[in-house]
Amino acid sequence: MDKTLPDLATAVAGISDGMTVMIGGFGGSGAPIELIHALIDRFIATGHPRELTVVNNNAGNGHVGLAALIEAGMVKKLICSFPRSADPVVFTEAYLAGKIELELVPQGTLAERIRAGGAGIPAFYTPTSYGTDLAKGKPVEVFDGRPYVQERWLKADVALVKAHLGDRLGNLTYRMAGRNFNPLMCMAAAKTVVQVSRIVEPGEIDPEVVITPGIFVQGVVQVENPAQEEILNRAKAVYPEARA
Amino acid sequence: MTLKLSPTQMAWRAAQDIDDGAYVNLGIGFPEMVAKFQPPGREAIFHTENGILGFGEAPAPGAEDWDLINAGKKAVTLKPGTAFFHHADSFAMVRGGHLDVAILGAYEVAENGDLANWSTGPKGVPAVGGAMDLVHGAKRVAVITDHVTKDGKPKLLKACSLPLTGVGCVTRVYSSLAVIDIEGGRFVLREKLPSLSVDELQSLTGAEMLIPGTVADLIVPEL
Repeated sequence: MDKTLPDLATAVAGISDGMTVMIGGFGGSGAPIELIHALIDRFIATGHPRELTVVNNNAGNGHVGLAALIEAGMVKKLICSFPRSADPVVFTEAYLAGKIELELVPQGTLAERIRAGGAGIPAFYTPTSYGTDLAKGKPVEVFDGRPYVQERWLKADVALVKAHLGDRLGNLTYRMAGRNFNPLMCMAAAKTVVQVSRIVEPGEIDPEVVITPGIFVQGVVQVENPAQEEILNRAKAVYPEARA
Repeated sequence: MTLKLSPTQMAWRAAQDIDDGAYVNLGIGFPEMVAKFQPPGREAIFHTENGILGFGEAPAPGAEDWDLINAGKKAVTLKPGTAFFHHADSFAMVRGGHLDVAILGAYEVAENGDLANWSTGPKGVPAVGGAMDLVHGAKRVAVITDHVTKDGKPKLLKACSLPLTGVGCVTRVYSSLAVIDIEGGRFVLREKLPSLSVDELQSLTGAEMLIPGTVADLIVPEL
């Protein structure tokens, strides 16, 4: 078994028009910038994929990563909890112009919907959002005297994930708070592609510290010294550079 | 004479109520300052939604690690005992009732404990983040807020006019003028600035306050 992939282009080759794509990260931490940029490269070269539904906690910042994916016109719908950032201009303009659809989900509900998708649990109940606009149209049930809102699982065709170490079997570790949604998205997608800072031999990751077991991972590609969104934004980077 | 407390002073006052050993989530913005004012001898553990328990203060400029941030996307630091976890575990801590206190900002608070703090109406881009989860998870949900809006209208009301974050969830308000508990669907005045009469405070509050026998003076250091 060898899940390693030769390059980023191969890693994103299987993503086609209309797919639901989960993208890991919380703001810039744990965001797979290089995988996203490889997907943009493919779109520029071939016109595909487009009409994507993207699941992420946020809506991009500046003009790199997820913001660049939206700016390229590849995203039809965004499912997220907090579409604001230091520089949210790309999403804000697309949203106010009616060019992108938004499904706003409370952050814990978003995490649990993704977890449920990965765990084969089609729906669950949560007190979150009860009595608010975000619960409209959802079934409510009372358990032990308290009302709860029914929420449904969330699954994806593909997950793009950033991890720290990975082996050819797909076992992963993460770096600090870069973990966030990444392990959940690995579970919830039919195909999970991961960029890691370093590919190591099986056994080099202590089994006690594996965070994502390889069963949830289909592809691993090495990206040494991955970019950080915050540093790119402080340098006013734009992707692709030609648009600057 | 203090006319009203600054956000820093409200944060100081809120910090005085956090017990030793408490697990605490601080909302983005003014509530983040509460961490700076832990009384000596008490150790609270701070939780951030993006998967850290027990993080430290902001690093020096230039020393940031952008994989080590809080929910406000600001850089933080490690401390002995820091723990990382993924988002589902993070919100299990929230929704599972494991947090002792959440301290949030507010646009409006109603006398029954309803909170509005995520949307100012249909214009613009809506964003909710973790607020709707936090208000139903922590054992105690407190709010730090100016007592009135910028144009002088009460923020403590009979009923919220803005979209709700949660129903009946707030238990205490640290305002720029007073400390007010919410009990049995009523505002109960606990402390007020000594320079302000009860009548003056009532005139700036959108619902009738219950005034117990003793109302303490709200005294906060110059910060």
